[in-house]
Amino acid sequence: MSHYIFLLVGAVLVNNVVLVKILGLCPFMGVSKKLETAYGMGAATTFVLTLATGSSYIIDHFLLIPFGLEYLRTLSFIVTIAAIVQLTEMVIAKTSPTLQQTLGIYLPLITTNCAVLGVPLINIAYGYDFVESLLFGAGSAIGFSGVLILFAGIRERIEGADVPQHFRGSAIAMITAGLMALAFMGFAGLDKYQ
Amino acid sequence: MDILLAIAIMALGAVVLGAALGFASIKFKVEGDPLVEKIEAILPQTQCGQCGYPGCKPYAEAIAKGECDINLCPPGGMEGVQRLADLLGREVKPLEAEEKPKQVAIIDENTCIGCTLCIQACPVDAIVGAAKQMHTIIAQQCTGCELCLPPCPVECIRMEVIPETLDNWKWKFPVIEIKAAPAQAAAEIV
Amino acid sequence: MLMNLFKFKGGVKPPTNKTQSTGRPIAAAPLPSHLAVPLHQSIGGTPRPVVAVGDKVLKGQLIGEADGWISAAVHAPTSGTVVAVGPGKQPHPSGLDADCVFIEPDGRDEWIARQPFDLVNATPDAVRHYLQQSGVVGLGGAVFPTHGKLTPAKTVPMQELVINGAECEPFITCDDLLMRERAIDIVRGIGVFRDLLQPQKVLIGIEDNKPEAAAAMRAAVEACGEDFVVVQVPTLYPAGGAKQLIRVLTGKEVPAAKRSTDLGVQCFNVATAYTAWRAIAHGEPVVSRIVTLTGNVRQPGNYEVLIGTPMDELLQLAQPNPDTDGIVMGGPMMGFLVPEPAVPVIKATNCLIAHSERLFPPKAPEMPCIRCGACAQACPHELQPFELYWHARAKDFGKTQQYHIFDCIECGCCSFVCPSRIPLVQYFRFAKSEIWAREKEKKAADEAKTRFEFKQFREEREKAEKAEKLAKAAAAQAAKKAAEAAAAAAAGDAPAVAVAEKPADLTVDPAEAAKKAAIAAAMARAKAQREAAQPKNTDALTPEQARDMAEIEARRVQAGIADAPAEAAAAPTATKTEE
Repeated sequence: MSHYIFLLVGAVLVNNVVLVKILGLCPFMGVSKKLETAYGMGAATTFVLTLATGSSYIIDHFLLIPFGLEYLRTLSFIVTIAAIVQLTEMVIAKTSPTLQQTLGIYLPLITTNCAVLGVPLINIAYGYDFVESLLFGAGSAIGFSGVLILFAGIRERIEGADVPQHFRGSAIAMITAGLMALAFMGFAGLDKYQ
Repeated sequence: MDILLAIAIMALGAVVLGAALGFASIKFKVEGDPLVEKIEAILPQTQCGQCGYPGCKPYAEAIAKGECDINLCPPGGMEGVQRLADLLGREVKPLEAEEKPKQVAIIDENTCIGCTLCIQACPVDAIVGAAKQMHTIIAQQCTGCELCLPPCPVECIRMEVIPETLDNWKWKFPVIEIKAAPAQAAAEIV
Repeated sequence: MLMNLFKFKGGVKPPTNKTQSTGRPIAAAPLPSHLAVPLHQSIGGTPRPVVAVGDKVLKGQLIGEADGWISAAVHAPTSGTVVAVGPGKQPHPSGLDADCVFIEPDGRDEWIARQPFDLVNATPDAVRHYLQQSGVVGLGGAVFPTHGKLTPAKTVPMQELVINGAECEPFITCDDLLMRERAIDIVRGIGVFRDLLQPQKVLIGIEDNKPEAAAAMRAAVEACGEDFVVVQVPTLYPAGGAKQLIRVLTGKEVPAAKRSTDLGVQCFNVATAYTAWRAIAHGEPVVSRIVTLTGNVRQPGNYEVLIGTPMDELLQLAQPNPDTDGIVMGGPMMGFLVPEPAVPVIKATNCLIAHSERLFPPKAPEMPCIRCGACAQACPHELQPFELYWHARAKDFGKTQQYHIFDCIECGCCSFVCPSRIPLVQYFRFAKSEIWAREKEKKAADEAKTRFEFKQFREEREKAEKAEKLAKAAAAQAAKKAAEAAAAAAAGDAPAVAVAEKPADLTVDPAEAAKKAAIAAAMARAKAQREAAQPKNTDALTPEQARDMAEIEARRVQAGIADAPAEAAAAPTATKTEE
C-alpha cells in the first residue's frame, strides 16, 4: 500500500510533470493568465490524462506487445489520445453543458499537451503495471493541475504589480516559472524518507 | 509480412476509433455555440455595423468562427478588445478605427420633413415619429451608432458628445504628481 | 446608566481638534449678498424648479418640487427675487455644474405663513409626506430623504431606534453645539420618529468627548418625560458611521448588501430629528443648518447658515488667516477641497475647514505598498484595503468586488494609518465609480439588444404579412383575370397564364412610384424650408423691387451673362452642398 502512496506523492511533487520533467509547458504558459481558466484546464487535463494512461496501457499490452509492434507506440498513443479527447469533448458537450462551459475551449488543446503523451510513455519505460500506470497518470495530472493553478494565481497578482516595462507579460511569467521550478526542487528531499 | 500486420493493426485501430468518433458525433450532437453568447455579452450592442457585419451577433459569430479580427468594434473601444482577447486567448491588437467618445444623435426638429427614413434605419427603435410628422430621438435609448445619419435626405440629424454631469461623473484614477523636492531639503539630504 | 456596550473592529484616533469651535454658542450668520440653492441636495430624484426668473419668493417658499418618492423638496432660504434658474458650481469634488435657483435677498427675511403640522390627527403617511414636502433629509452627511427611512419594515419588528450624536470626525462640532443648545427640540423630533417606527427602545449615542451634550440631552429626555437612553460611546473614529454606531449600541452587525432595517434597527442623525421637529411644530422647512467654521481661522465657531450661502462669504465670519488657500467641506477624514471658494452651502455641509499648508501639510509622495496590514487592522468594516488597493490599481474590478469593495464606507481610516501614504480611499472611489459606470453600460447594452432583436422580429413579421397580402391580392387579380380570360376563351384566344402573372408587378409599381414622388416632393419642400430659414437680402421685397429684379434677370439672360433660369435655380443648392 505504501508503495502506491509513494508513487502518487512522487508523481505529484517530486517528479512534477511540469516543473521537474518539463513536460506540458505549452498549456502551463498559455492557459495560466486567469485562475478560472487554470481550474478548467487542470480539471480537463486530469480527466484526460488518467484516461489516456489507462487506455494506452491496454493498447500496449494487448495489441502492440503481442504482435511485436512496440515501435508503433508513439504513433498509436497519439491517435488514441486524440480520439479520447474528441470523444470526451462530445460526451461532455451533450451531457453537461455547464462543464462544457468551463472546460470548453481547453479540451481540444489537451491533444497537443505533451504531458499527456509523455506520461504513458514514461509508464512503459518504467515498466509499471496497470494500477501503477493509472496512479502515476493521476498523480502527474494532479501535479500538473496544482502547479498550473498556483502559477495562474501568481500571474494574476503580477498583473497588478509594477513590473518593469520590458519584463511585462511572458518575460516575467518565464522568470516566475523558473523560480517555481527551483522551489519544487526542494521536494526532491522527500526521497530520503522513502 | 510484419509490415503488413502493422499496417493492418493501425488501420483497424483507425477504423475502430473513427467509427466511435463518427457514432459519437451523431449521437452527441449539440446545437448552438456558447462561445458566441459569451462574445456577444462583451460587445456593446450598438448594432452599428462599423465592424462590417450587420449587427453585434453576426460579428460575434464571425469572431467565434475565427473569420475576423477582434479589433473591429470602435464603440467597444480598446477595453472591449482587451476583454475579447482575454476570453479567446488571442493577442491584443490596436483598434482598426479611432475610438470616439460616447455620442447621442439629435434631430433638428425645424428641418425634419418627417420622411421616416431614419426610423427605418434605427436598429434599436430609438426614434419616434410618423410620416410627415416631426421625428425625435429618445436619448436614453440611442446607442450613438450613426446609422440614421446617411439616410436623412435633409441632413437634419447630428451627433453630439454626451456631456459629463454629476450623474455620470467618475472618480479619476489617483495620479500622484511628481514634484521636485525643495532645494533646501535636497541639500540637507546631500 | 450602565449599559453593555459592544465594539467594532478597527478604527483610528486622530486628534479631535474640536475644542477650538465649541467655545462660543451658535450664532446666526448674517444674510449673504446672494444665494445659490442647488436643486439636487438629497439622494434620489432631482427636484423640479417651480419658480421662474423674476419671481418674488418668501422665506420657506417651495422652489423645487420633489421628483418621486426618494427625493425631497427644496425651499427658498430667505425672501427675495429669483434672479436666475440654471447651472451653477457645486460643492462636489468634480467641480461640475448643476441646476441652482439663484436668489437675491431683499433683506426682510420674511417668512411664508407658517403653520404647525397637526401631528395628533395625522396618519403616518401624511407625516411622511409632510416631511418630504418640508425637505427633511439626513443631515449627517448622506442626505438621504428622511421620510423614506420612516416606514417600518413589514417582516422584521422594529427593535431599536438609534439616534446618532456621535459626531466622530475631527474638527466638526455642529451636532455637539446643537445638542447642548437645542436638546428639547431634538428629543421632540426623536419622539416623532419613535411614533412612526414604533421601536422597542430608543438609543441616543454620543461620543464620550462631549459630556455637555450628553448631559443636555439627558436633561431634555427627562424634561420631556421620554424613556430614551442616552449612551456615551468611546471616542473612536468612525464611531459615528451608522453601521458602527449600531454595532456599538446594539451589538448587531449589518451584513453586506443588507440594510439595518432588515435587523430591526433604524438610525437618524440628531440634526435630522431637530429639523423634523422644526418643520412639524413651527412649519419651518429646512432652509438653514448649523455649520462649523474652523481650521485656519482666528475665530472658529458654529453658525446657523442659510442653505445656498456662498462658502467664501460665510468663512469670513470666522476671520480666516491670510495664508488660507482653500476650503474643505466636511471633516479632514472624509471631506474634500471644494472646487472653488464661492460654491454654496448645501444640506450636507456640516463643516467648513479653512485649509492651509500649515494646518494640513502636503502629503509626501506615495510609496509602494509593503503589505504591512496596518490598513486591515484599522478598517472598521473588516475589509482588506491592501488587497482592494492592489486590484483597484490593476483595474481588476471583478476582484475588487470579490473583496467586497461596496462595503467600504470611505471613512479614510486606511489612508490615515498607511505608512506608505497611499491614498487608498481614492483608489476605492475610482474603482466604485468605474464599476457603477460599467453596470450602467451593460444595462444599456442589454436593453439595446432586446430592442434590436424585437425590431428584427417585427420587420420579419411585417415582411411576412405584406407578402401574404400581396399574394392574396395577386390571387384575387388572377382569379378575376382568369374569369375574364375564361370569358374571352369562349371567344377563342388570350393565353390565361401570361395574364395571371402580370398583375403582381403592376400592383407594386404605382405604389413605389408614388412613394418616390412623395419623398422627392418632401425633399423639395425641406429645401425650400431651409432656404427660407436662411436670411437672404431678397426676402421681404416690395412688388416693385421684385418686378425690377425679374426685369434685370431677363436682361442678363438675354445678354448671355447668366445661365438659363433652370440652371440659375440649381446654383444656390450647389454652393450649399459645398458649405
